[in-house]
Amino acid sequence: MENVDLTLVDWSRLQFAVTAMFHWIFVPLTLGLAFIIAIMESIYVKTGNPEWKKITKFWMTLFGINFAIGVATGIILEFEFGTNWSNYSWFVGDIFGAPLAIEGIMAFFMESTFIAIMFFGWNKVSKKFHLLSTWLVAFGASLSALWILVANAWMQNPVGMRFNPETARNEMMNFWDILFSPVAINKFLHTITSGYVLAAIFVIGVSAWYLLKKRHTVFAKRSIVVAAVFGLIMSLMNIHAGDESARQVADKQPMKFAAMEGMYEGQTNAPLVAIGFMEKVEPDVANVNERKFAFSLEIPDMLSYLAFLEAGAYVPGIKDLVNGYTKKNGDVILSYPERMERGRIAINTLYSYKEAKKIAEESRGNEMVRLAFQEKADSLGALFSNQVWLDNYFAYFGYGYYDDPRDLIPSVPISFYSFHVMVILSGYFLLIFILSLINVLNGKLERRKWILWAAILGIPLVYIAQQAGWLLAEMGRQPWVIQDLMPTIAAVTKNSASNVQITFWMFVVTFTVLLIAELKIMFKVIKKGPKEGGQ
Amino acid sequence: MFETLSLLALQQYWWIIVSILAAILVFLMFVQGGQTMIYCLGKTDMERTILVNALGRKWEFTFTTLVTFGGAFFASFPLFYATSFGGAYWVWMLILFAFIIQAVAYEYRSRAGNFLGKKTYEGFLFVNGLLGTVLVGTAVATFFTGSPFRLNMMNQVEWETPYRGLELAFNFARYETFVNLSLGLAVFFLARVLAIQYFMKSVDEKNINARLKKKLIMNAAPFLVFFLFFVANLLLMRGYAVDPESKMVTMEAYKYLHNFLEMPVVLVIFILGVLIVLLGIIRPLMDYKKCHNKVLWHGGIGTFLTIFALFLVAGFNNTAFYPSYTDIQSSLTIENASSSHYTLTAMSYVSLMVPFVVAYIWYAWKAISNKKITAEEMEDEDTHIY
Repeated sequence: MENVDLTLVDWSRLQFAVTAMFHWIFVPLTLGLAFIIAIMESIYVKTGNPEWKKITKFWMTLFGINFAIGVATGIILEFEFGTNWSNYSWFVGDIFGAPLAIEGIMAFFMESTFIAIMFFGWNKVSKKFHLLSTWLVAFGASLSALWILVANAWMQNPVGMRFNPETARNEMMNFWDILFSPVAINKFLHTITSGYVLAAIFVIGVSAWYLLKKRHTVFAKRSIVVAAVFGLIMSLMNIHAGDESARQVADKQPMKFAAMEGMYEGQTNAPLVAIGFMEKVEPDVANVNERKFAFSLEIPDMLSYLAFLEAGAYVPGIKDLVNGYTKKNGDVILSYPERMERGRIAINTLYSYKEAKKIAEESRGNEMVRLAFQEKADSLGALFSNQVWLDNYFAYFGYGYYDDPRDLIPSVPISFYSFHVMVILSGYFLLIFILSLINVLNGKLERRKWILWAAILGIPLVYIAQQAGWLLAEMGRQPWVIQDLMPTIAAVTKNSASNVQITFWMFVVTFTVLLIAELKIMFKVIKKGPKEGGQ
Repeated sequence: MFETLSLLALQQYWWIIVSILAAILVFLMFVQGGQTMIYCLGKTDMERTILVNALGRKWEFTFTTLVTFGGAFFASFPLFYATSFGGAYWVWMLILFAFIIQAVAYEYRSRAGNFLGKKTYEGFLFVNGLLGTVLVGTAVATFFTGSPFRLNMMNQVEWETPYRGLELAFNFARYETFVNLSLGLAVFFLARVLAIQYFMKSVDEKNINARLKKKLIMNAAPFLVFFLFFVANLLLMRGYAVDPESKMVTMEAYKYLHNFLEMPVVLVIFILGVLIVLLGIIRPLMDYKKCHNKVLWHGGIGTFLTIFALFLVAGFNNTAFYPSYTDIQSSLTIENASSSHYTLTAMSYVSLMVPFVVAYIWYAWKAISNKKITAEEMEDEDTHIY
C-alpha cells in the first residue's frame, strides 16, 4: 500500500466536516420554512385576508436571508468531492455522480427559478401562479434533499453496483436499487422531516418571543397554529423514520450500532441505555479503545427490541464484531483480523491484475511474454466476476488498508452522546408542539410563560439536535467513506496537508463572518417585526 | 432508446450536453460581467441599486448552471471531475470562494445590520465577477494547452507541481500561460459586453443608459484583442491527437485547425457565432434607438454558438479534451474519462428533462422581466429590493 499522509487525511476530513456542518445550519430551515410559507400563502389565497399575506411575507423575508447563505455554503460541498476526495470520485463516480447531476437538473433549477417568482412576482404574476411557485420552491428544496440523501445512503449501504477491475472503479448496475434502497428512503424521510421539525420550532420560538413582548400577538398566534400542526405531524413521522433507521443501522452497520449504544460486550435481552456517562477503561486489554459507563440509566430488553423487534434477540458488541462470532442461524461473522487479511488479498489481486495487464501491453512484439501475462491478467480479472470470490474477498476490500482493528472502530463517545442528545431532544420538540398547540387553541398560551420560554429555548436546541444527528451518521461510520469498501485514507486527494490547512482556515473565517452577518440581519428583521420589516 | 446506442455514441451525446451547458454558462456570465461594472456605470447610490437589482434577478440562473455543469460533468466524465478538481486544487478553490461570497452579496447588500456594510458586499460582487470569469476562461483554455498531471495504475491523479493549478495562470516562463490567460480575459470582457447588452434591455434610467454605448466600445475592443490572440494561437498550436485504434496520444501540428477543417459543421457554427457576437457589438453603435432592446439576443446566441463550437473542437475528432503535458498518455479523452454504458444511459434519460427545465425558466424569466427596472420601482415598498 502507498504511504498515506495522515495529517492530510485528518485535515481533509475536518474541512469536509466543517463545511458540511455549516451548510446544515441553514438547509433544514430552508426545507421546512418553505412548506410553512406555502401553507400560509395558501390560506391567504383561499381567504383573501391580507393579514395572511403579511404573515407569509414576513416569514418569506427570513426564508430569503437564510436561503442565500445556504446556497453559499452548499456550492462547495458538491465540488469538494472532487477537490479533496478525488480518488473517491473516481472509485465510485460512476454511481455517485448521477444523483448530484440529477439534483442540479431536477431540483436546483426548480428552486432558483421559482424563488425568483416568489420574491419578485407579487405584482407581476397572478395570485394563483405565485402560490404555485411557492409550492414548487418547497418541493424543489425537498427534491434536492432527496438526491443528495440517496447519495449519502448509498455510501452507508452500497448497492446496485459491481467492481470493474479494468477501470479500477465500481460501476452502476441498477439505478432503481440505489434510488429505492430502504436505507435511502428512510434516510430521506428521517432527514427531511427533521428539517420540517426545525422550521416549525423556529416559527414557534420566534412567535413565542413576540407573545412574551406582547407584540404582533394575532400574527404570532396564527403562525404558531400553522407551525405546531405541521410540526406535530412531522415530528411523529420523524420519530418513526428514526426508529426504522436504527434497525437498518443494526443490520447494515453493526459497528455503528454498537458504538452509538457504547456496547462492548454483546448480549441477548440487551438493555437500552437511556442516559449515561462514559469513562475510559485502562489498560485497554482488548485493544478496542474500551470505555465503560460511569453512570447509566437502562431500559431492560429495549435495545434488542429496538434492533430486531424481539426482546430476546442477540445484539453484538464491539468486541464481538472485532473478534468475530457465530449468529444463531449459523452464519459466521468474520473477525476484523480475518477481514483485513482477505481485504489485502483482494487489493493485491487488483494490483497484480493491473500489473500483468500493463506488462502484457508493453510486451507487444514478444508474443511469448505477452501471452503469458495476458493469461495471468485474464485469470485474475475473472475473479472479479466470480460471485463466491466477491463475497469472500472483495466484500472486505477496504479492510485491507488496515492492520490494527482499533483503526476500524469509530469514536464511541461521539457516537453515543450525539445519538442520545438527538433522541432526547426530539422528545422535547414533540412536547413543545403538543403544548403550544393545545394552549394556543384554548387561548391560554400567552399566560403560560414557561411554555413560551421553553419554545424559545427550543430554537438553539433544535439546531444542536440537527448537528448531533449528522455527527452520529458520519462519525459513527468511520473510517468508511463507502461501507467496507473504501476508507478515508484511500479516498483522499493526494495533496500537501498545508494546502488543505489553508483552505480549511479560509472556510472557517469566511463562513463564520457570513454566519455573523446572517444572524445579525435575522435578529434585526425579527426585532422589527412583521408590520414594518416584513414587506 | 438510449440502451441501444453504442458506448461511443453515448460519450459523444454527453460531450454535446456538457458543451451546451458550458455555452449557456458563459452566456449567463453576463451577471459576473455586470458585477464588475457597478461603479463604472452607476455614479449615484440609486443608479448602483438599479444595476445590482437588474443583475440580482438573474444571478441564480448562472449559479445554478455552474452547479449543474459540475454535476453533469461528474456524472458523465467522472475521471475529469476527479483529475481536474483534485489536481488543479487552487484554481477551483478560488473559483468556488468567488461564488460563495456572491451567493450572500445580493440578499445582504442593503439589509439593516448586515455587519460588513454595503461596500463590502459590492466588493464581493466585483471579486466574483473578476475571478469567476477570468479563472473559468483560463481553466477552459487548458482543455487545449494541457495541465501537468499523471494518472497512476488505479487512475488516481498526481499533480506534478506544488502550485496545484496556479501555474496554469501564473507561470509566465511557459508560453501557454499567455494563451490560457488570453481566453480568461476574453471571457471577462465578453461578460462585460453581454452585461452592457443586458442593461440596454432591462434598465430604464437615462444616466445609465447614456453611458452604455461608450462602455460597449471600451469593452468590445479588449475582448476582440484577447479573443483573436487566443484563436490565432489555437489554430496554429500543436494539439493532443488520439489514435482511434491504439488509443495512444501524440502531438499533432495544427491539430485544432485540422479539427475545424475536418468537422466543417463545427467550423460553420464557430464562424456564425463570432459573426453574431460582432453584430451585437456593431448594431447598437450604429443605431442605438432601434436595436438596444434586441442586442442581448445577438450576444447570447453568438456566445452560445462560439463556446459550443470550441468545446466540440476540444473533445471530438479523436482529440484529448483534458491533456497532460507532463505525461501525455495520461491525457483524458471522452472515451477513457467517461461513465459506464449503464450510467450514461440512465443519465441520458434524465437529460430529456432539460428542454422542460429550459421552458419553465424561459417562462419565469419573461414573467418577472416584462418591465424595465426603473428608479420608481426601487422605491416601491412592495418590491423585494437588493
